[in-house]
Amino acid sequence: MILRRSMLFLPGANAAMLSTAFVYKPDSIMFDLEDAVSLREKDAARLLVFHALQNPAYADIETVVRINPLATPFGLADLEAVVRAGVDIVRLPKTDSAADVHELEAQVERIERECGREVGSTRLMAAIESASGVVNALAIATASKRLVGIALAGFDYVMDMQTERGDGTELFYARCAVLHAARVAGIDAFDVVYSDVNDEAGFLREVELIRKLGFNGKSLINPRQIELLHNAYAPTEEDVEHAQRVIAAADKAEREGLGVVSLNGKMIDAPIVNHARRVLQRAQASGVRK
Amino acid sequence: MQIVKEALAGTLESSDLLVKVAPAADGRLELVIESEVMRQFGAQIRRVVAETLERLGVTAGLVVVEDKGALDCAIRARVQTAVLRGAGQVQIDWSRLS
Repeated sequence: MILRRSMLFLPGANAAMLSTAFVYKPDSIMFDLEDAVSLREKDAARLLVFHALQNPAYADIETVVRINPLATPFGLADLEAVVRAGVDIVRLPKTDSAADVHELEAQVERIERECGREVGSTRLMAAIESASGVVNALAIATASKRLVGIALAGFDYVMDMQTERGDGTELFYARCAVLHAARVAGIDAFDVVYSDVNDEAGFLREVELIRKLGFNGKSLINPRQIELLHNAYAPTEEDVEHAQRVIAAADKAEREGLGVVSLNGKMIDAPIVNHARRVLQRAQASGVRK
Repeated sequence: MQIVKEALAGTLESSDLLVKVAPAADGRLELVIESEVMRQFGAQIRRVVAETLERLGVTAGLVVVEDKGALDCAIRARVQTAVLRGAGQVQIDWSRLS
């Protein structure tokens, strides 16, 4: 299980940020070649990200690159660069259908073969940003074995829905649809960015909501949001103690060859054991909730 | 690769660099480097720039680098961007850029 609570956006054209972002230690770093880069700097950003990906400082952190859509003049060139540079995950923006994922997968495989990378080593993520994408979320989420997650992108989605970002009501159906599609596909689900970095209370309210819904994590636009998010996703001391008792009971039952695990008279099944493992993994990564 | 027009890449922000390229006046390759960290890293910056130009096959032109403490990866990227722009190159041979 790979923890993907925080995915920090970095503008691909900004050399200073690309040179230092690894120190903030988000779970994943997402270099952006799309909306954060002006048209005349697309070539420069692509080369900066190409070299940043090969910087040893990024060897121990999961790297994601948001490429431009393949239908634009920039998308395929972005893909050529980042696959050759060894990116962990390519994030496809504006994914409306499974066909978009299939097209991306075919191009990635071609590039992997051409540059000698192991076929299948580049993973994919689809960002859903429209009503079509939300309606097709399940087909998108199950379109490729390379997909590790799907993300909801709020700004374009609310524009498409002829509404605006607010208290989350406007995202209610989209969040549920994306999350259910991800769970059916057995992949991760990521929530939208929270753009007001000075509104800590609002950010935490949104994080609490998406955590309870079941999202794996959230895209972030500022390093200040990382610790807040990780702490909100950290289990309580009580959660950790209970998880330890569950794992101990499961281990004991396995040692004794028992088919049924119980703790304090209650039966424990596989989903409960898996949940306990996730709790302990989060506790190991970020301690208990403060 | 031949530099056929003046071109710029990068910025003068901290941790970045600005690279200017221009066609050669006399068929030679001239390299001018200024850096805030010239005393500590001048030789390293020059080596990275020279290696990058060599891999691109640039043998003539004026290349001016104003460095503001950029990492090697940023230096390579900015030099390559400026040269590709100066050469009017659209098709990229990625094996020359790694």
